[in-house]
Amino acid sequence: MRDVAIVGASMTRFGVRDGWVMDLLAEAGGDCIADTGIGPDDIEHLYVSNMASGEFEGQTGVPNALAHDLGAIPAYTQRVDQTSSSGAAGIYAAWQSVASGASDLTLLVGGEKMTHRTTGQATDVIASLTHPAEYKHGVTLPSFAGLTARHYLDRYDAPREALGHVAVKNHRNGVDNPNAQFRKEITLETALSSPMVADPLRLYDFCPVTDGAAALAMVPAEHAHSYADTFARVTGIAGATDTHVVHERADPTHMGAVAESGREAFGMSGHDHADVDVVELHDMFTILELMQLEALGFEEPGEAWEAAMDGRTARDGELPVNTSGGLKSKGHPLGASGVAQVVEVYGQLLDEAGDRQVDADVGLTCNVGGFGNCVITTVMEASA
Amino acid sequence: MSDDGPGDRDRPPMTAARYADGSVTYPPHPVGPDGSEPVAEVDLSAQEAEVVTWTTSHATPPGVREPNTLAIVEFDLDGSPVRALGQCTTDDVAVGDTVEPVYVPELRDPDAGIRERESQRWDGYRFRPVE
Repeated sequence: MRDVAIVGASMTRFGVRDGWVMDLLAEAGGDCIADTGIGPDDIEHLYVSNMASGEFEGQTGVPNALAHDLGAIPAYTQRVDQTSSSGAAGIYAAWQSVASGASDLTLLVGGEKMTHRTTGQATDVIASLTHPAEYKHGVTLPSFAGLTARHYLDRYDAPREALGHVAVKNHRNGVDNPNAQFRKEITLETALSSPMVADPLRLYDFCPVTDGAAALAMVPAEHAHSYADTFARVTGIAGATDTHVVHERADPTHMGAVAESGREAFGMSGHDHADVDVVELHDMFTILELMQLEALGFEEPGEAWEAAMDGRTARDGELPVNTSGGLKSKGHPLGASGVAQVVEVYGQLLDEAGDRQVDADVGLTCNVGGFGNCVITTVMEASA
Repeated sequence: MSDDGPGDRDRPPMTAARYADGSVTYPPHPVGPDGSEPVAEVDLSAQEAEVVTWTTSHATPPGVREPNTLAIVEFDLDGSPVRALGQCTTDDVAVGDTVEPVYVPELRDPDAGIRERESQRWDGYRFRPVE
């Protein structure tokens, strides 16, 4: 296997966008090509991370369409769908293409167009990933979050305010991200008094419905200096799955696929937790940020809520988490989110994160599909 | 979507699967947690269970009642725990409550959501607190 480097990155503004999925993918892909300083005909493999463009807007065949729109023909193209973790599954596919020697220059573009649908319709598209025994009861991803949050808070005697602190932190980080959907600070009181959505979780415990796209360019690390003076190496990447039926997991507060993918990615990278300087987690719901911190081993089970309350995960804390604003503030265009997580860490490692910059040489991302059903963890480090 | 289902004669079982290693899952799967095939069916419909956790969803998809109170409950089958997730008959539930399954012919409107009506069953069991 060859070492793989990321040498270019881009993302569109996330939020309510006029363009449709092909417009968003082409915008991010074109920007990444420009950022990398390549021509579109240099691309050998083109991967497109997208969960549901067919269901959301009746557009299928997006990889071929994007290759044409970017001028990347005759690059090999493939769509990658792994629900909310489609973005990182695309990273895994792109990494494999370069690591295996199949491609010397791979472009990954992830995107989704969602906001033309009502929240109920978008929720139903996402909930269609559930088992029939769940779907017929009207089970949604937010309701999984409510069920799990109650169990977590009860089991660990954690205060409800801890989840509010996650929302406040990530909204604060999003203020400094020009591409974030929400660039507005909120108070703890606002978070805790917002409308109830899935008891005990309220509106500010949930990410919004979002349009957007993000892209990355990957090459063999041995070629990276041909494209950039500084770059990021993907030193560890691994994916794992958990049960399709969520209630069958022995411990509802433990994300088994996060733990498994994290162990493998850390093992591959040669790094351990103490080496990691910045983390992007899949905070589709505030409770998930805490559960990922615990499953990845950054916090002991039942203790991540304390990190949220005492500022350890703030941008100026011991372990900055979601400096981008996370899905909570930046937004969650399904197929783009995992890619955008890596775009943020890439920027942090290259000292290009602007007002969000932290001191970082090693970063980690964790992208979650379903309610922990499919997970990809990626470890990266700065190189020059 | 009434809570008043048909009588016992017409009520289908709430079928769980028991596997060769003794484990039980609801719903049944082609293979159990350890990879073994199911060896028996277990009807949970006449059993009582305990509420492990619950939520009330106030933002439901098309065709789903609003609000929609859901619970994960745990049955005790002679020492073997088996969990189920389903709607509740009331918003007044609490962790630790004892509940019983109540048959409902249609849990949500099969024609309102994204999934095809013919692709799955839409009847099932809600959980009702035992007085």
